[in-house]
Amino acid sequence: MPNSPSSMVNQYRLEEDEEPQDANTKDLFITVDNPESHVTAIETFIMYRVGTKTTRSEFDSSEYEVRRRYQDFLWLRSRLEESHPTLIVHPLPEKFVMKGMVERFNDDFIETRKKALHRFVNKISEHPILSFSQHFKLFLTAQDLASHRKQGPGFLSRMGETVRAVANSVRGLRSRPEEFGVMWEYVEDFSNKISSVDKVTQRIIREQKEHLDELKQYGPTYTQWAGLEEELEEPLKGVAGCVERCSKETEEQIHHLSEVLVPALHEYVLCAETLKAVMRRRDNIQAEFEAKNEALASKKVDQEALQEEVDGLADRVEQANNVLKGDWSRWQDSMRTDLKSAFISTAEKNVEYYEQCLAVWESFLLSQKEEPGEQKEEEDAAS
Amino acid sequence: MMMADPGSNEEVAVIGNTDITSTELENNIINTMVERGTALLRKMEINVAEAEKRTGKNTVNIQETYTVYLIETRPAEAVPDGGTPATPDTLWRRYSEFELLRTYLLITYPYIIIPPLPEKRAEFQWHKLSADNLDPDFVERRRVGLENFLLRVASHPVLSNDKIFFLFLTEEKGWREAVLETGFQDKVDSRLKSLNAMFRVKNPDKRFTALKQYSDELNNVISQLLRVRARVADRLYGVYKVHGNYGRVFSEWSAIEKEMGDGLQSAGHHMDTYAASIDDILEEEEHYADQLKEYLFYTEAVRSVCRKHELIQYELEIAAQDLAYKKQQKEELVTGTVRVFSLKGMTSKLFGQESPEQRESRMAALEQSIQEGEEMVKDKNKECQEFVRTAWEDIERFKEQKDKDLREALISYAIMQISMCKKGIQVWSNAKECFNKM
Repeated sequence: MPNSPSSMVNQYRLEEDEEPQDANTKDLFITVDNPESHVTAIETFIMYRVGTKTTRSEFDSSEYEVRRRYQDFLWLRSRLEESHPTLIVHPLPEKFVMKGMVERFNDDFIETRKKALHRFVNKISEHPILSFSQHFKLFLTAQDLASHRKQGPGFLSRMGETVRAVANSVRGLRSRPEEFGVMWEYVEDFSNKISSVDKVTQRIIREQKEHLDELKQYGPTYTQWAGLEEELEEPLKGVAGCVERCSKETEEQIHHLSEVLVPALHEYVLCAETLKAVMRRRDNIQAEFEAKNEALASKKVDQEALQEEVDGLADRVEQANNVLKGDWSRWQDSMRTDLKSAFISTAEKNVEYYEQCLAVWESFLLSQKEEPGEQKEEEDAAS
Repeated sequence: MMMADPGSNEEVAVIGNTDITSTELENNIINTMVERGTALLRKMEINVAEAEKRTGKNTVNIQETYTVYLIETRPAEAVPDGGTPATPDTLWRRYSEFELLRTYLLITYPYIIIPPLPEKRAEFQWHKLSADNLDPDFVERRRVGLENFLLRVASHPVLSNDKIFFLFLTEEKGWREAVLETGFQDKVDSRLKSLNAMFRVKNPDKRFTALKQYSDELNNVISQLLRVRARVADRLYGVYKVHGNYGRVFSEWSAIEKEMGDGLQSAGHHMDTYAASIDDILEEEEHYADQLKEYLFYTEAVRSVCRKHELIQYELEIAAQDLAYKKQQKEELVTGTVRVFSLKGMTSKLFGQESPEQRESRMAALEQSIQEGEEMVKDKNKECQEFVRTAWEDIERFKEQKDKDLREALISYAIMQISMCKKGIQVWSNAKECFNKM
């Protein structure tokens, strides 16, 4: 690693109005796009194009283009988490299809996933530590990722780690340092709140869709009435037109909510789970140390070797804690920026929605201002 | 005010001012009626000022709760500056008395489109509104509707001169007896006949046929519009109210955040404001629904004028048919041929010729009958023509009124939508400011 975590964090500690990434310092630009269906004898899956442009010296070239499938992203993320157990690694979009969708890969699903994958790699590239990970570099550059995937900690060693983790969690933690206790509480509260906001937003979308359904019948009824009338035909058609245009605006508003606010909230719902996992891993690291430390106190056999192990674990705990503390404030700023931007965008869209509708109804009023009698008088006066 | 004079500056001002509330616009419509200047309205101002709950024993001696409405009348004089208006004369009427008045008018002026009463029971409600007749909001809207009814009658060129109507406004006791004394009940049967009977008119008047069809179609389309509007209102209510949940959650969330806390909390307040604003918005829209409902009920009045005309036309045709038959009988009697079957004729054939005296008397009776028949046809014809003339006069008046009122209703609806949009812009701009502070 080029620098110590804490100094990196200092470099990236955000002021209030600063852009999340200084345009001058960003040297890694990644896009995820162009989903394409890939058919083999066994399965069908989607490949995404991952394009990279960089000026970093660690990269042999300045441009790369590779194709990756969802599994590859999963691989990358689990590698990153393994290497940095107490760093907050941005979550991936969900693996499984939401209930209610018939087709496994319909266009909306692919599009949503593609955008989330794009955000994922960009979050990694913005991370002061993770963006320099070897696995990340491989992910961005290797034409054949599959061969590299077979290397690295095997299945069994990963199993071993899990078993240890479970064992330690069963044993429980002696005492959690207060700052991490506070962090735990925050994470649980945050998880609740962000889930609530997500649910409220989904409900708003549902209600608006039902509102839209009714509006679609409302306009045509005015048109139907207009067909019966003479003098009233024109104003009735006017109102029908207004209702129809407001319906379109409503449709756009729903679309905006689904495209902007929902994905942002959803990501942070997943983040909350990531945070919990990070906290659990930190706890486990501490528990492992404590377990060995206790063993050291009780056994008299092979103290030296055990002492070395215990010292190693103590260092590990300290490092894990520092890394987490550093990453924690980076994450909070990032969360604040992302959600602030999503909320602002939503508010702006709503203002725009009402402004458009206002204009529609005002122009109708204006059209009613000129009565046929008045118009005739104007014509008579002009002639 | 919306007057017939198109060059008036005031007219432009009314439409141009998008800040005018819908109740103000409704008052404009009512004021227009007043300014139309019937003799009655030049004399007096009419208000339905209050509503009150009463309990009492009804005709079958059962205790019931009902609402009474206070009718105020005062001389329509200009009040000098600084002077107080004269205290009004007042009396109380309950809904059933309004119904009696209207029935009287329906029967006494069958060629007039009688203004409708507000609905007895709440219909076309979106779910939040109460369908309870004793609910204060419903009672209030009904009060406005009853006042509207009285003003419509008072501004009608024919109806405003009716004595019973005048007594309704001025004589609390003894009014019911006065109505019954007119004997209008006797004509009720005829009216029932016209409404319920299935008779065929041979030569229907095309204008009335077209009018009846229009009235039926208008009834359908306004019903549908009211139904859909209620559903739209329901859904809109849901959208706004769910935003109230943002208010609650943002507030709770702000408690655990440092930098974001203030922005979130104040944004939450605006979400609460947004959620609360829908109540007033939809209450105002009820006025619009009431305006549509009035014309929905008007279609029934139009229909009954058409039916009455059909009945008169039918009676004329029957009378003409009857006369033709009698004339034919006379012809046969004169020429001795029997084309029309008559029992007397047959029996005289069977039992021998009638005597010249018998024949004379039969002829005289027929002549008499024919004369009566001709009178009947003449009368019926006159009745029919008179009905058609007076009815079409009122129909033209009604059409003009309808076009004007409904156009204004649509304009007031647009103004309501604009007001709602302005509120929305305000709230979300404020919320955006708060989010900016996060």
